[in-house]
Amino acid sequence: MSPRITILLAGGITGALAVLLVKYGNPPNMGYCIACFLRDIAGSLGLHRAAAVQYLRPEIPGLVLGAFAASIFTREFKALGGSAALTRFVLGFFVMLGLLVFLGCPLRMILRMAGGDLNALVGLLGLVAGVVLGIVFLRRGFSLGRAFVQTKANGYIFLGIMVVFLIFLLVRPSFIFFSAEGPGSLRAPLAFALGAGIIVGFLAQRSRLCLVGGIRDFILFRDFYLLYGFLAILAVALAGNLILGNFKAGFAGQPIAHNDGLWNFLGMAMGGFGSVLLGGCPLRQLVSASEGNTDSAVTVLGFLLGAAFAHNFGLAASPKGVPAGGQVAVVLGLVVVSLIAFFSCRTGVSKQEVIAGEGDRGSN
Amino acid sequence: MKEIEEVIDARGLLCPEPVLMVKRKMEKRSEGTIKVLVNTAPARENISRLARNQGWQITIAAAGEDCLITLVK
Repeated sequence: MSPRITILLAGGITGALAVLLVKYGNPPNMGYCIACFLRDIAGSLGLHRAAAVQYLRPEIPGLVLGAFAASIFTREFKALGGSAALTRFVLGFFVMLGLLVFLGCPLRMILRMAGGDLNALVGLLGLVAGVVLGIVFLRRGFSLGRAFVQTKANGYIFLGIMVVFLIFLLVRPSFIFFSAEGPGSLRAPLAFALGAGIIVGFLAQRSRLCLVGGIRDFILFRDFYLLYGFLAILAVALAGNLILGNFKAGFAGQPIAHNDGLWNFLGMAMGGFGSVLLGGCPLRQLVSASEGNTDSAVTVLGFLLGAAFAHNFGLAASPKGVPAGGQVAVVLGLVVVSLIAFFSCRTGVSKQEVIAGEGDRGSN
Repeated sequence: MKEIEEVIDARGLLCPEPVLMVKRKMEKRSEGTIKVLVNTAPARENISRLARNQGWQITIAAAGEDCLITLVK
């Protein structure tokens, strides 16, 4: 199958499943949202106590299982790590704070646009601005350094954590929280949500689907490849919402959204900026972690801590707007991420990039 | 004196760094041979796509656990 068909299929099926997940119980315009679902998981584990957003969303472990299966199937699974793990953890933390001020990851931003939420268009402008900012540093030689091959066991740990989440979800031990009301109580049936996660994980691994990468590669290389995935999600989800009568264009009264333009813009800018430095959007980080990249796994842990902080310290937005603490967190986050970006630039081509005199490597 | 052949080592780098490294090289050298060593499938695919878009011919060879991409124009 040609790569272009693969990415169009991955995007299209993700868009269709997202609409169906909402139809069968997920919160509006939230068929998938990596940020929101990780926040719900953080709540379910008791890492924060916001009673409305606690559920061990099966889409996330499903996605990891699907991506893992694809990487085993294609023999691409490889345990890698050692590329600035702590820096990635901190970047992940602030990316999550930004996304929870916007109220969604780039994937949900597309789904919100497909539902007619015009605030998501403001978010898109912010995302593009954040990506451009990240590219400025990439062009200056930004790098978090290389990862090295690790023993296979390292690569399986992330998968193991997800399997434990699934067991918790099925056994429902008393220390796991499940929202009785609010977005966390709105759920598609477990088997469907898990299956949809597996399918999207599999397709995202095969196609390298990345919602930040699409914008980044278009600006950097005039490469449309990943952007096709972005547009396919938008087109199919928009069509699905129109068919099901779930499309309502406007700024006010949109589900699980606020219409404070400045913070929609800045929250998503934070998310886009950090994601470019991390090498991909939250969805891509999950897929990369499933393929054995332990740095991406640490990034996901950073997301979880960010979500816990966002709700423990009243930083996350709600339909009522963005609390002062959340505004401070985004500004602080932009400063911290800029500093990390600035001090991680290498001027010129470093000697590490080049191996001299290895012309015969192809034969071994 | 024989010129030492350079191989760009893009192993263990996440997107889009491997592609950027190759693009920088292409900007310095509009034709000739560029060799890149990678160890992940996305890096291999992204570099191949960039090369094709820019009119370079590519050959890919296994190099132990890694993968050596040769671009010629």
